[in-house]
Amino acid sequence: MVWSRDEMCARAAKELKDGYYVNLGIGMPTLVANHIPKDANVILQSENGMLGMGPFPIEGEEDPDLINAGKQTITALPMTSYFSSADSFGMIRGGHIDLSILGAMQVAQNGDLANWMIPGKMIKGMGGAMDLVAGVKKVVILMEHVAKDGSAKLVSNCTLPLTGAKVVDMVISEYGVFEIVDECVKVSELAPEISIEEVRDKSQAEILS
Amino acid sequence: MNKIYSNSKEALEGVAFDGMVLMCGGFGLCGIPERMIDALKESKIKNITAISNNAGIDGEGLGLLLETKQISKMISSYVGENKIFAEQYLNGEIELEFNPQGTLAERIRAGGAGIPAFYTPTGAGTKIAEGKEARQFEGREYIMEKSLRADLSLIKAWKGDSEGNLIYKKTARNFNPLMATAGKITIAEVEHLVEPGKLDADQIHTSGIFVQRIIKGSHYNKRIENLTTRKAND
Repeated sequence: MVWSRDEMCARAAKELKDGYYVNLGIGMPTLVANHIPKDANVILQSENGMLGMGPFPIEGEEDPDLINAGKQTITALPMTSYFSSADSFGMIRGGHIDLSILGAMQVAQNGDLANWMIPGKMIKGMGGAMDLVAGVKKVVILMEHVAKDGSAKLVSNCTLPLTGAKVVDMVISEYGVFEIVDECVKVSELAPEISIEEVRDKSQAEILS
Repeated sequence: MNKIYSNSKEALEGVAFDGMVLMCGGFGLCGIPERMIDALKESKIKNITAISNNAGIDGEGLGLLLETKQISKMISSYVGENKIFAEQYLNGEIELEFNPQGTLAERIRAGGAGIPAFYTPTGAGTKIAEGKEARQFEGREYIMEKSLRADLSLIKAWKGDSEGNLIYKKTARNFNPLMATAGKITIAEVEHLVEPGKLDADQIHTSGIFVQRIIKGSHYNKRIENLTTRKAND
């Protein structure tokens, strides 16, 4: 049985270790914050210039001068600090962030990532994604295993323009957890009652057990 | 030298021209120079190359200058949530150069600090690297990115003094301090304008040397793009 979105987020949250500085991407990765173990002190970075991101505000307490990278209203914590965009990406590019969780359109078995543009469609832009995958110590992709049109997202080679070359360390989908090791996709965990054959059937990359 | 101007229209006099390169602070609608954007709209200056992380949204921020077709090129990292921009881009009315957000920030920082170019790992092996010098350092590939400067930088701060010293508030800081350093002329608009000595010198984020003109703005919209709240007992 495949994992629900909530179960996928809960599984991704297990990658957030005590003392980690973490950047969560927009969309499903943001929801991982709801599953951080209570006993783990995980510090969230928001690339628009904040370290120590708190929960969403209670209605009426929102501050237009305090938003996250998804432009959502958020709150500060006692340990919060603010900084400029240049300092923020210095943190990211300089390798000071331990982990980033992002979404993807395609991941190749060599770790190539495509998540910012589809040729011929209106492109919104890469935002901070290219900097995150180039600079963060560990890059985890949280995504649906297969695209809406049924095509595989875990592929031998990305056909879409890359966000980064050989940057992905781990993929978490509704089928399980997969590690990119030596340019191969290796199963590290499967969702309950899911077989490796099913995963291979839904993937275009070579899947090693 | 008096840096204080009584309003945004006066502050813009003599420093804005057709075809200029403009830097505009803000992330989304957070920390944008609202009143200076109004003045730029009124000025009818056109053919602007705008360097800004985003392009505003319909009816707000740089979206106002898109409505009047005053911008001919944008250098940005993300331009979603903006129908007018999408329309003008698809019609070929506006040129667009995407920069990764960190590369954009560093190009601006470098411009203000007198560094003509730098090497970054961001974008190596992607479309962004096309046509750019690539170089290996310690076995890793980097690409060369050139710095950015502007004819005019418009920035927003929370507090400022008559010398142009500035303090920003929370995440409204974002691109503002870097853009302050990279404008040939920088105009700061602030919510609170005070006498020298009223700001704690240890807490100043931008030194007055980077600011040529300053105005006290008012009637801020501070529109929230994505209001997200939780229940009190969550």
